[in-house]
This record gives sequence, structure tokens and C-alpha cells, in this order.
Amino acid sequence: MNEKIIKFVQGNEACVEAALYAGLNFFAGYPITPSTEIAETLSARLPQTGGKFVQMEDEIASMCAIIGASLTGNKVMTATSGPGFSLMQEALGYAVMAEIPCVIVNVQRGGPSTGNPTHVSQGDVNQARWGTHGDHAIITLTASNHQDVFSITVDAFNMAETYRTPVILLFDEVIGHMRERLVMPEKGELPLVERLKTSVKRGVDYHPYLPREDGRLPMSDFGGIHRYNVTGLFHDMWGFPSSDPAIVHGLLRHLADKIMNNENSIARYKEYFLEDARTILISYGSSARSALHVVKNRRARGESLGLLELQTLWPFPADIVREKCEDAKCVIVVEMNMGQVLQQVKAAVDNPEKVFLANRIDGVLINPTDIRNIMRLIQGKGV
Amino acid sequence: MERIRMVFSGSGGQGVITAAIIIAEAAVLHENLVAVQSQSYGAEARGGSTRSDVLISDTEINFPKVTHPNLLVCLTQEAYNKFSPIIRPGGFLITDTRYVKTHKKVAARQRELPLYQTVMDEIGKPVVLNICMLGAVIGMIEIVRPESIMKVIETRIPPGLIDINRKALELGIKLGKPFKG
Amino acid sequence: MAIKDYIRERFFPHMWCPGCGHGIVLNGLIRAVEELGINKNDIVMVSGIGCSSRISGYLDFHTLHTIHGRALPFATGIKMSRPELNLLVPMGDGDALAIGGNHFIHAARRNIDMTAIVMNNRIYGMTGGQYSPLSGYGTLATTAPYTNIDHSFDVVKLAAAAGATFVARSTAYHVQQLTDVIKQAITHKGFSVVEILSQCPTYFGRKNKEGSAVDMMERMKDITTPIGSKAKKENPDLIERGVFVNEDKPEYCSEYNKIIERAMKGN
Repeated sequence: MNEKIIKFVQGNEACVEAALYAGLNFFAGYPITPSTEIAETLSARLPQTGGKFVQMEDEIASMCAIIGASLTGNKVMTATSGPGFSLMQEALGYAVMAEIPCVIVNVQRGGPSTGNPTHVSQGDVNQARWGTHGDHAIITLTASNHQDVFSITVDAFNMAETYRTPVILLFDEVIGHMRERLVMPEKGELPLVERLKTSVKRGVDYHPYLPREDGRLPMSDFGGIHRYNVTGLFHDMWGFPSSDPAIVHGLLRHLADKIMNNENSIARYKEYFLEDARTILISYGSSARSALHVVKNRRARGESLGLLELQTLWPFPADIVREKCEDAKCVIVVEMNMGQVLQQVKAAVDNPEKVFLANRIDGVLINPTDIRNIMRLIQGKGV
Repeated sequence: MERIRMVFSGSGGQGVITAAIIIAEAAVLHENLVAVQSQSYGAEARGGSTRSDVLISDTEINFPKVTHPNLLVCLTQEAYNKFSPIIRPGGFLITDTRYVKTHKKVAARQRELPLYQTVMDEIGKPVVLNICMLGAVIGMIEIVRPESIMKVIETRIPPGLIDINRKALELGIKLGKPFKG
Repeated sequence: MAIKDYIRERFFPHMWCPGCGHGIVLNGLIRAVEELGINKNDIVMVSGIGCSSRISGYLDFHTLHTIHGRALPFATGIKMSRPELNLLVPMGDGDALAIGGNHFIHAARRNIDMTAIVMNNRIYGMTGGQYSPLSGYGTLATTAPYTNIDHSFDVVKLAAAAGATFVARSTAYHVQQLTDVIKQAITHKGFSVVEILSQCPTYFGRKNKEGSAVDMMERMKDITTPIGSKAKKENPDLIERGVFVNEDKPEYCSEYNKIIERAMKGN
């Protein structure tokens, strides 16, 4: 076996490596801290493989450009941070409605507004879920170390193709900027999902929104052998606008169901010492690193503490959280916002009164001492 | 091995962040160790206070920041004033004699080294100050071999500059070695 | 091919009001494509939101009906992916120059090969007659009940200044010229802008007492003149029609192909 290639890179670069591994061939973006390294790296790397990079005039245009490029058959991505993610929301909704596979990276920084541009936050969890208007479902993934950034980015591309949907990668400033080891998976080591293409021949009518028996919608490269219409309006199987209540209801139901019915196959998580844990920490992204530090230290002292690290944030893996926390006396959500995942955990478990928040919202990575102090407070021991 | 926690500080443009990346990368790629490097960002690319944290270990590193370093480098007075209180008691505190006036209130092994002066006298190019500093670091704590540092440097700079970097590294090692701990 | 081979008859009658100029633009566009002999399969039409943007649904091309103001960035993603296709981007005046103004100037600046058609009826028709960036000072609209104090853009000057390498203007009255300039715009390699004055009798005409659709078209004849005409010298208020800019400049997708060549060679 060949020796594996090891790299020492930023999380943003790990994301780029994974995107290229997954087959990314079109990227449009606009510079914004702390995601910019993704654009910088891809501006050099994409054309080396014949792919295309374009720096657009803003994030709105970036999101629109990747949708156009995806339709023609490309694997596409854009990357941004808070303010830019806000600008992308309308076009993100278009991708949901028109069912366009694409990956949107948000390397989170402090908000609202310009906020705390060079500092960490996890404040966009709910925006990822509900940032665009209207009822819809969305997939949002995250990771806490570079090896996982790699595999979850590949997952994001795979899910975008499988479910014909935008997938959001919600990283954060600490993960994006810190450097650590990345062992490059070999070609074929991680499975890749390629676009499901129609078998309808040239000259035969192709219905872009007519599902196969398994519910999936095969695509035909836009600008290729079939001429069809795509719109952000509610539409029929031809892709033509319709306000027929049956069509509107059916389409909205389909957009939600195709994701919500697959909650368990979309769920990605890691667990540490949960079997006998009386106290369970739930965390994700960079804060999960601090939580894991605490768990390992306490385990070494014989305390029954465990960690559930979430990698899928949306659809929220409520069944898994409920099941894992069933026997815990106390559940502590460790995150860097005012309790966005906390709310989901409280809704998921049988006894929401046993769920507590350990957080920091000041732009500083929550550290193990913070978590230990908050645990002491929860246990009534004082700091 | 004991986990090494380092903080490199100075002003933007002195290359402290680059130095931090180089030592961490050398540890990972050429010493088969685990390392994590991070840095605090300001809006300014030049000037202003910069800080980069590096942890090196032979086991997994979860929390990626350094709270109390056992090796702290301060290349400006501002950085010294700001960060010297966080040093772990008994840790190494490396400063440059030209840029930093130390005081006695620090419970650490303060090592005032003429890094800048040596670089200017022997090489004449201040741009390799950071590499000289890295030399002093690995002279004091032998965590990464000089040839590993050089292997990383070689991938980052034009071939014409390799010699002065090697020289700067060697000068630094010479300055640091007497304080090996 | 006959005109009806280019349309999706299933979706007719169209949704435009009686007397609307947009149908004439549709007709002129089809004639231009037919005369150029371009295969329907080689044409992508990308539109935004508004009355004008509905044109895409009626045409048997590859059609992408997007969101308000953003047709050009969607088109940019498609063109960069498939540079061999002909991109047509019909937009309304609000779509192109208010909400989409930034995309308009930047697409022009890049000189990416596509044809932007600004169907200028000086009003937001679909939302019921609000003033647009091309309504002009002193006009009336449902959001300018006292009078409009916004000055309008000159689309031709704006496009030229932003770097468009083909810029032309015509009107719904001058159907032959309209077809001719669209043909030239499509053939031109680079970012082409065609402004077509179109009438909205329902809102702009009614609000500003310009009479029927026929009256409004008569007026287009009266207030416009060919570029550099004697009439223009005598009456500077006349709006010029014709081709204002037609120049060669490196085109974006061709230039990007050179970037790919360089990147692949490693320099």
C-alpha cells in the first residue's frame, strides 16, 4: 500500500482538499473573514484540474453563479461567513425550491451585523435552518477536527446529490483557521455520489420534476440535450409555474419530506464514553474539542462523563439525542451562542429540566475550565 | 513525552506566526508528533500585536489553545507586557534584548537573547529574525530537529534564501543551547 | 423555421396586458434568432422577476427563471460552465438597474459573452406601477403620487462606462431595427447590452397620461432619432437609437481558459 499523504493545514484548506476530492469543479465566492482561505486556495487549485473559479461582486451573485453552474452538471460550492451568509439566503431558497445540488460553507464568526469578524462564534445554527423564507427543510453539517472536516465535506457533496438540495457546512473560525494534521484519504477510500442523470433520450420529452418510482429526480445537464424550464415559483413536473393548490401542496410536502424522512441516514455524530455516562455533554464544532478535553480528563479520574458530538445539526437528530440521553442524570450543551442547539436538545429529550447550557458568547473559544466551572455551578458546588 | 505548550508573540511583520507554523508543521510532517497551531487575528496585517499558539504532543490534542505556555516568546515590549503574566511557573520566557526590557516579577526562566543583534551582525538581514528565534527555541527544548525545520522552510521559500535561513537557525541554536532545560 | 417553432404554445396566451410592448420584443427576439439560424438547443435564456422576465417561459430554449435582479450572476455560472452556449438575459428596468444594478455593471466589466436585453417600460408593472430607476424626474407612479424626484440612469452611458463592448438602443416601435440590433448583440463576442423602450399602457401610460398603446408607440417614434442625425443636433432632447458601442476586448471565458492553461502548466 502507498504511504498516505499527510498535510499540515488550516481547516479551511482541509475543506478545500475534500471538496476537490468529492469532484468540485466550480466555485464562486466573495472575500470575507474567516472563510477567505477557501476562495484563495481554490483560485489556485481549481484551474489546475480544469475547474472554474470566479470571484463575484458579492455573496448574492456568488450563490446565484453556483446554482447556474450546478444546473449544467457541475459539483459546486461557495464559502462565506455571517454577513455573506445573510446575503445568500434568498438564492439559497431558490436552490431549495428548484432542487439544485450545491454546498455552502459558512465559517462562523461573531454576529449580528459585522460583529466580531476575526473571532469565533456558533451563532448561525438557527440561521442555517431558517435563514431563507418559507417552509423548507435543509441539511447542515459540521465538524471539530480536520480529518472530520474532510469526511463531512465529502458527505456534504454526496448528500447534495442524493437529495438534490443545498447542503450547508457550518464550520467556525477556530476550525477554519487552526492548523493540524490531515491524512489525505486515497482515491476510492471515501464513497462519492455522482449526479443522478436521466435516461431519457434526446428528442424525447424530459420532465425535470417528475420523480422516479424511488422518489428521486434524475437531472439532465442544463443546456444539454433536453430543453426545459426551471423556476423559483411553485411548479409542475415540467418546471412551469403553477399556483394550483394541489401542486403547491405536493411540492412543498416533497421538499420537506425528502429530507425529514431521511433524518436517520443524514445524521452524523460521534460518541465518547456514553455507555455509562451519568452526565452527558453535547457539543459540535470547535467547542466539542474543549468538551472532549474535559470528558477525557474526568474519565481518567473515574467520573462517569460522556460526550455526544453532533456533526449533523439539521435536520436535528432528535431521535438519537433522546435515545443517547435517556439514562443521563444531567445533559449539558456546550456551544458558543445563547442556546441554539440547547433548544433542540430540550425539545428532543423526555426531561428538558435536566438539560443545561455551558456557553461563551464573547468571541473566545470556550475552554475546559469554563466547562468545568459551569458544571460545578449546575451541580450546586459553586466555582 | 510532556506536552509542550508554546506562545509566540510579537508585532505583525516579524514573522512570529510563520515561525509558529513552521515548528508545528515540522513536528507533524517530520517528527511524527501531534501538533496544533492557531493564531489570534487582528484587522492589521502589519504592525499591531500578534500571537500564535502551538501545542506539540505525542497524543491527541483536543483543546487547541494555550492558556499557560511552558515556552513563551515575546519579540516586542507590548507583547511582553501583555503575555508574560500567563507563563507557566518555571517555563521558558524568551525575549529579544533589542526590543524588550524585562522585569523581575515573572516566575519563569527569563532568557534575554541578542537575536536581532546576532542576525544583523552575522547575516545583515532582519527578515530571518524569526528563524533565528526558532533556533533558540529548539536549542532550549529539543522538541524538533533542526533538519526537520529546514525541510519545512525549503518548501516555503525560494532556493536562493535557504542558506541564510539555515545560518539564522544555527545562530539561534547556538544562542539557545546554553540554556537547555 | 416558423415563429411558432420557437415558442411553447402550451403556455399561451401570455400573461402580458393588452398593448404591452413586451410581446413585440419577444417577436423581434425570435426573428433575430431565426435569421441568425441558431439552433434552439444552443440558446440559454436566463431571466429574473417582473413582467419582462416571464418571456423565458414562452420560449422553447433552455430557460431559467430566477430571482429578482440576479439573472446575470446565474447566467455567469452557466456561461462559465458551458461557454459554447448563447446566453440571452432579458430583464426589466427595475430588475436590471435597481435590484440588479450591481450585477449589471460587473457583468459588463468582466465582458462575459452574453446578451443583456433591458426591456425598459419605465415602471414596475408586475407590482402595480411603482417608479423604477428609469421612470425619470417628474413622472408619476403609485409610489410617486406627488411627482418622482429620482433622476434616471442613461442605460447606454452606464453600460458603456461599465465596460460593455456592445451597446445599442431601439424601441418597440422600430421593430426592424430592434431585430437587427439584437442580431448584432447575439453575434458580438463579449457583454452586449440592448436597451429596448417598451410601452406599459396599463401603468406608466395611465399614470402619466400618455394615452393608448398606439399613442405611446407613436410617441416612441417622435422622441427618438437615429444616432448622429440632423434632428438630434436641432433637438438635443431626442433619444438616440442605434449601435453606440461595438468593440473588441478580451472575453471573460476565453481569458479564463488561458488561466486554466497556465495553471495546468504550473505557472
